[in-house]
Amino acid sequence: MKVTINGDAGELPDGTTVAQAVRTLTAMTSGVAVAVNDVVVSRGAWESTSLTENDRVEVLTAVQGG
Amino acid sequence: MSDEDDVLVIGGEKFSSRLIMGTGGAPSLEVLDRALEASGTELTTVAMRRLDPAVQGSVLDVLRRRGIKVLPNTAGCFTAGEAVLTARLAREALETNWVKLEVISDERTLLPDPIETFDAAERLVADGFVVLPYIGDDPALARRLEQAGCAAVMPLGAPIGSGLGIRNPHSIELIVEAASVPVILDAGLGTASDAALAMELGCDAVLLATAVTRAQRPELMASAMRSAVEAGRMARLAGRIPRRRYAEASSPSLPGFA
Repeated sequence: MKVTINGDAGELPDGTTVAQAVRTLTAMTSGVAVAVNDVVVSRGAWESTSLTENDRVEVLTAVQGG
Repeated sequence: MSDEDDVLVIGGEKFSSRLIMGTGGAPSLEVLDRALEASGTELTTVAMRRLDPAVQGSVLDVLRRRGIKVLPNTAGCFTAGEAVLTARLAREALETNWVKLEVISDERTLLPDPIETFDAAERLVADGFVVLPYIGDDPALARRLEQAGCAAVMPLGAPIGSGLGIRNPHSIELIVEAASVPVILDAGLGTASDAALAMELGCDAVLLATAVTRAQRPELMASAMRSAVEAGRMARLAGRIPRRRYAEASSPSLPGFA
């Protein structure tokens, strides 16, 4: 299925979870937050939330700013 | 500070430092680390961005090591919807319900959009956030945001990163007079006298980044800002003399010496 992670479109196996999608970018779990289609997925739900075709996943962290 | 009881309270939390730092613009985490230490800050902003696997080291590690409370901002957002989502992501990532709400109107001036900011503030307060909105030097908007439940208001001195200082001290004074939440002068400060003036006008705290991080010697400027905020606060508490048009002798006149 086609999924976009941080703006990059790619193919992931059907049933890929949010947790697996995050692990394509980082092994970190603290200091990271995820939104799927502009809705926050809390860390406790990463393993149990499966992505679906054309989902837009945003994986954010804190950077220098302000 | 000579007055040990003079603490800043935001959202029920106490701070002995009235200098809030930003982290943008520092050439490296090492420079930032030393500047933060020199500033004596207890509260510091970070931005939320897409995770880049290539980036090593995190500003969060620096803040954690120094025991500085993290204040996520919504920098880069143009709409209330974007700001609310960014605040929720920050709450999830950083485990804080505090947010510096920043909704800008355009890239050239980076001036805050009052309509979107107010909309986002109402939604975030309803969602349980401690909201610190970045606004223009507008006393009416400041009052409305306080009424909407914001924990502080953060009027600008001048556009972000401009170093122009406080362009409208009168408006800042009007905001201070009317506010019962902390007023934090945010953005536009260039040097120590700007920070001292903010405190002399009655602001409860100052937030700055560029003035320190892009100074030729960031650590030294951080020390200067720390001293300026303390000096300005003490001067405010001390109560300055009124301005006069003409001299008033400070030595007694000498009778018979005419």
